[in-house]
Amino acid sequence: MDGIDTRQLVLDPQTANDYKGRVDPDWCPGCGDFGVLNSMRKACLDMGLKPHEILTISGIGCSSNLPGYFNSYGMHTLHGRALAVATGAKMANHELNVVVTGGDGDGYGIGGNHFTHTARRNVDLTYIVMDNEIYGLTTGQLSPTSSLDMKTKSSPHGSIEFPFNPITSAIMNGATFVARGFSSDTRHLSMLMQQAIEHKGFSLISVFSPCITFNHDNTVKFFKRRVKKLEDENHDTGDWKTACEKAMVWDDTIYTGLFLHVKDRPSLDAAEPVLDEGGPIAHRSEALTKEQGDRIISRMM
Amino acid sequence: MSSGQFEFTLAIGGAAGQGIATPGSILARLFTRRGLWLYAYNAYQSIIRGGHIYLTMRISDRRTHSHGDNLDMLLCLNQDTMDRHLGLLGAGGRAIYNSDTIKPGEAADGVQLCPMPVKQLSNRSRNRVIQNTIALGVITYLLGLEFDVLEQALKQQFGRKGDAVVNENVTAARAGYDHAVENFQPLSEPLPAGAKPLALWTGNDALAMGGAAAGVKFYSAYPMSPSTGVLHWMARNGRDLGIMVRQAEDEIAVANMVVGAAHVGARAMCATSGGGFALMTEAVGSAAMMEIPAVFINVMRAGPSTGVPTKTEQGDLWQALGASQGDFERLIMAPTDALDAFNAIPEMFNLCDQAQCPGIVITDLLISEGTFSADPDEINLYPEIDRGEIITNGEAPNGEYLRYEDTETGVSPRALPGVPGYAHVVATDEHDQDSVLISDEFTDPHKRRRMVEKRARKIANIIEQIPAPELQGPEDADVTLIGWGSTEGVIGEAIEQLADKGITANQLAIRWIVPFHARAVIDAVGRAKRTIIVENNYSGQFYRYLRSETGLSVDGHIRKYDGEPFMPHHIVDGVLEQVAGKTNHYIPYQEIMV
Repeated sequence: MDGIDTRQLVLDPQTANDYKGRVDPDWCPGCGDFGVLNSMRKACLDMGLKPHEILTISGIGCSSNLPGYFNSYGMHTLHGRALAVATGAKMANHELNVVVTGGDGDGYGIGGNHFTHTARRNVDLTYIVMDNEIYGLTTGQLSPTSSLDMKTKSSPHGSIEFPFNPITSAIMNGATFVARGFSSDTRHLSMLMQQAIEHKGFSLISVFSPCITFNHDNTVKFFKRRVKKLEDENHDTGDWKTACEKAMVWDDTIYTGLFLHVKDRPSLDAAEPVLDEGGPIAHRSEALTKEQGDRIISRMM
Repeated sequence: MSSGQFEFTLAIGGAAGQGIATPGSILARLFTRRGLWLYAYNAYQSIIRGGHIYLTMRISDRRTHSHGDNLDMLLCLNQDTMDRHLGLLGAGGRAIYNSDTIKPGEAADGVQLCPMPVKQLSNRSRNRVIQNTIALGVITYLLGLEFDVLEQALKQQFGRKGDAVVNENVTAARAGYDHAVENFQPLSEPLPAGAKPLALWTGNDALAMGGAAAGVKFYSAYPMSPSTGVLHWMARNGRDLGIMVRQAEDEIAVANMVVGAAHVGARAMCATSGGGFALMTEAVGSAAMMEIPAVFINVMRAGPSTGVPTKTEQGDLWQALGASQGDFERLIMAPTDALDAFNAIPEMFNLCDQAQCPGIVITDLLISEGTFSADPDEINLYPEIDRGEIITNGEAPNGEYLRYEDTETGVSPRALPGVPGYAHVVATDEHDQDSVLISDEFTDPHKRRRMVEKRARKIANIIEQIPAPELQGPEDADVTLIGWGSTEGVIGEAIEQLADKGITANQLAIRWIVPFHARAVIDAVGRAKRTIIVENNYSGQFYRYLRSETGLSVDGHIRKYDGEPFMPHHIVDGVLEQVAGKTNHYIPYQEIMV
């Protein structure tokens, strides 16, 4: 439309490019988030998901602009609230594939309360966090995952706060699928995304997605030298204790891959009796039946 | 008694944990089954054990609109109640108390003291709440009723707990009844019966039922007095009615879950009090920006901050008007009583769906936690449901689907996620018709203006669908009383009392706050001889709103902000003082210490 070069959305994607949204990303050239977006397009293509079957929900931040660059239904909600919105959306229409995208500040900082409880409730959605260990959109301040001693505009003398560990936190809070990815390894990341979307329950993929502009500590080079895939080490994804130990490793080695996969805990929609029959509540008739109305009145008499 | 009708007010006082609720609910059921109109107000505190609770139950064979001014019978469950409230009884009044533990105070002439030797009557039962059941027997006799009326009520109340519990209570109640037969005088005029049995509900029940009738399929809440009753009703009835009920981690999550559920097409609602609503407000703005219809209920309590959690106030009007950052449209309505609260919800949902915007229902503790009779024939559980312009299936449109198409009415057909061919992104950032953001890379002042105007236009059409307020009572009255929300009933009763004192008054009761029928209000106030605004707050929140919307001033104010609701005589006294020229700003004195 006038002045903006927008593309028409493809109804039935045949290539990863067909999952492009109306506009292209406004991220800085070299931003890690491109790798995440590309991995997501590839995962959805490989799974044969149609745009109308996906609801992509984000909060606020550079990475939260992602729904606008992706061909699906989307909601670009408030800062930190994407998981709460997504819980409502998923529970009201549990036939949708709900993917939540955002950053470390959005999800682990302002949205931390919802992160805890969405994991605990095992809401069937996939949460992809683009973790760059910095606040980018506000031009470079500490984030919950910023390392000790890190110097930013809000910590010119170095951070004195211990960073948040999304992986151990998710495991402790009862998440049933907990993984870590690296945006430069899109093959691996896309594979993790497929597994996560297929998983019935809350799945977290915390992705190292370096900020090229404001974080000069945790760069692509920093991670490339350190990341090791758990899959190459015969990690037992049913063992939460080892998963936590490996998630705490932060030195010459930093693990990526699937830390924990719990397959026998029902997701919230599966446990919710109101959804036992009748399809999504969003599609049901609003009107009460005569029998329901009579029961309401009789209880008042 | 007034107007030759039967009217009777009973109060029960005690400490939290003494079991006031059970005799209260047994009597409430007994009265409504007899077809009597009950208006019950429970003054209580934020405490689980101890403190002072004072339940006022006013019953009549005509509709009751407040808890009234008078007290006819007082049941004291502890000494504190005797000490605080015996003085409220006048000639003909009766005070019932456990004479083993409570010493009667100095009663007014003509007050009948009704001591119950509980140990003796209960056969030295160890049941701590047995005095309550004995008292029910006494009250039943004093009201001129046969014992079997109470026996039936006890069986219904305790039937679930088994025969032993039923028998213990029936025996105790019988002992109280027989004791009263031998020792006390019943009412000269026994409790009448109405035309048909009535139903019993609280205002919170009514709000929840309004949601059920409106087709709410998603209800979310975080417990907060005095709105928690809505959650309890939904949790009890949700599975039967196909309503999903989610208790969230905080009110921020509550409101955002509601927005998510509403966006995919479910009618979604939440209720809270002012503190919780403060946390919800950013989500209210997000619903406006993304054009998602949802209903938020704020049950006001005395603030600010934690305030007085169990006390009533009309202090959140400006909070509702200013909920969320930005300059945007929201609908706001303040129901006037429980039945109106019930009807408000489907009405609000239909308008929100039409305008694709958030709606706020503001009510207060007085309505929400009050217990009232209701005529079951007046409760319409099958209201008209209008979901507005919504796309739930169908072929993809030719060319592009514009979620925020700039139409003449401002309303753009809303495709629900899941419908093939209509994929789009909704955003809390400003966006163009095709929902591409115009907030960051592509800012454009002309498009911004266009979208602001589009959203505003949707609301402009709503006012035609809501009724304008009308003066109730004689057109040429000496005094016009203006109130909003829950004060309608008590103002109406004050007007009746004023008539007995030779002052004619009428009322302008405001229900819809936004949109506001400014023309109709200017017209009504313009015809008034003397205008007085009655509000349950300190600063005259509605008065200031009236000025902002109409430019009008008024002649006087009656304001109460001590946490307790108006009684009719508070308003009567305020009017009399103002008519006599003594003041134009009357603050009633709260006589009952609760």
